[in-house]
Amino acid sequence: MNRASKGLTLAALWIVLLTMPYWMAAIGGYTELATRVLVLGLAAMSLNFLLGFTGVLSFGHAAYFGLGAYGAGMTLKYLLPSTPLAILVGVGIGTLAAAVIGALIVKLRGIYFAMVTIAFGQVFYFVAFRWSSVTGGDDGLTGWTRLPIDLGVANIDILGNDKIFYYLVLLIFALATGAMTLLLRSPFGRTLLAIRENEQRARFLGIPIERHIWLAFLISCFFASLAGTLYALLNNFTDPRALHWTLSGNFVIMAVLGGMRSFWGPLVGAAIFVVLQDYVSSHTQNWMFFIGIFFVLVVLFFPRGVLGLIRRKAS
Amino acid sequence: MTQLVLFNGFNGLIVGAFYALMALGLSLIINLTSVINFAHGGFLALGAYIAYMLIPHIGFWGALIVAPILTALLGLVVERVLIRHCYGRDPLYSLLLTFGLAYVFEDTTRYIWGAQSLPFQVPGWLMTPLSSDLFFLTGYRLFMVVLVAAAVAGLFFVLNRTRLGMRIRAGTLDLEMVSVLGVNVRVLRNLNFGLGIYLAGLAGVLAAGLLGLQPTIGDSLIMPSFVAIIVGGIGSLTGTLLGGLLIGVVSGITTIFFPSASEAIIYVMMALVLLVRPRGLLGEEGMKL
Repeated sequence: MNRASKGLTLAALWIVLLTMPYWMAAIGGYTELATRVLVLGLAAMSLNFLLGFTGVLSFGHAAYFGLGAYGAGMTLKYLLPSTPLAILVGVGIGTLAAAVIGALIVKLRGIYFAMVTIAFGQVFYFVAFRWSSVTGGDDGLTGWTRLPIDLGVANIDILGNDKIFYYLVLLIFALATGAMTLLLRSPFGRTLLAIRENEQRARFLGIPIERHIWLAFLISCFFASLAGTLYALLNNFTDPRALHWTLSGNFVIMAVLGGMRSFWGPLVGAAIFVVLQDYVSSHTQNWMFFIGIFFVLVVLFFPRGVLGLIRRKAS
Repeated sequence: MTQLVLFNGFNGLIVGAFYALMALGLSLIINLTSVINFAHGGFLALGAYIAYMLIPHIGFWGALIVAPILTALLGLVVERVLIRHCYGRDPLYSLLLTFGLAYVFEDTTRYIWGAQSLPFQVPGWLMTPLSSDLFFLTGYRLFMVVLVAAAVAGLFFVLNRTRLGMRIRAGTLDLEMVSVLGVNVRVLRNLNFGLGIYLAGLAGVLAAGLLGLQPTIGDSLIMPSFVAIIVGGIGSLTGTLLGGLLIGVVSGITTIFFPSASEAIIYVMMALVLLVRPRGLLGEEGMKL
């Protein structure tokens, strides 16, 4: 793709995102669905920072997503009624956990890495599940809502007006994806690509591989927990399922479905997945069956994802 | 107190035996093909439900023999039709494929047999306690430990004393070389997968007798099986067995002192093992994955 058509595609993408709440209803959706696409898209893109651009297979991102969600919810419920603080605390907790766990696993590779990340994710699931006096256990964390943001000059009513909340999420999404783009364009980001392409050669060049992978893991989980806080605020609720490994699997399929090797691919994958799940689960109780079949079909027939397919057709 | 520790320790040993059976099957498949089979729990549940259907016709003992074999046959078909497309590709794809299969299995069992727990009949004489002092020691529990031990012994016999086992062990080290030496690798991987699934089916029948029968029966067992493999060391089946029993017992004994941490403790153990000995207790240095 040349520069002009790339710019054009990007412009089209942002126009779609900016106008989404206004035509979503016309095609049978609703604003909340649009927000969910953004939030889960951000989670899938953050995973892809690791999966597609560093070449490290993490299968446990729901842990950090869920920690963000619980951090935000518990801040609003127990600490202070402030939405920005909730986001900060959620992201802080998720990133801190990632820093500790990341340090334990940087030396592992391949399926070993995947297995350990999956297994570690379950610790937080069981904590949330068992510590019901604080987390609400299986019923989830209730009794709180996101709160309007008071800027002094203006009061942004993100609670009453879900379109305003959508645009707040879009703003955060734009900042987060902007930051990820900059990181990937920086020498650090280029080094990650080098590690993905050939770890051994990168090591011979004197690159401290473990430190880079640890940092990439941290950055990726930072954005995943950011998405988690937004998800909790969106639903005014969170439960242990936000931490479960099945959600981690859903993030991976979103990234693969959209196209792992492209920056925006996971967002496309998330949009397809969220809409499909919404549609299937409103038509049948056995949505798991169809989602499962969908996974199998993607692996067998669309391993490069939607954008990968388009790109190959174009070239 | 002693009795409490004994009771929970023994209970943990039984749970650990399940983990070990599951984990051994998973390990076999990982070692030869680098496929992490997420659908293992689904196969386990299926084995249990097949046994449930067979018991009225051929009794518990018949079902115990036939159900795992039927499950393994299904495993052979699934490997031939789906899993084999993942060999040699990024491990990501086999993870996703089996992950999707796990969804399909769980929903299918729920659709056919319903979400509610079903009663699973084991022979009455197995359920009576063996002695009044050690009330927890029912015949069924003891029987399970014996059966798991027999299955593990059988597995190690197959691996160490038969031609198939020799080829599986060789393939674990260098599959390409095994292929060059004239072994049909497609059949080898197929049979190896079936063997792993057989163990899952067997664990399913036994677990149903202890935990009752529901579509999510495999869910609570699959994560600890992963932990068992990691703690024991990838690539070592003895390690996997040891890891399974160890986390079972530790989790059982934790129940006495801090019941709500009984699930989380095994992950703490995993963290400790990774910290002190990243390759796992019996794992070999530089294992190719």
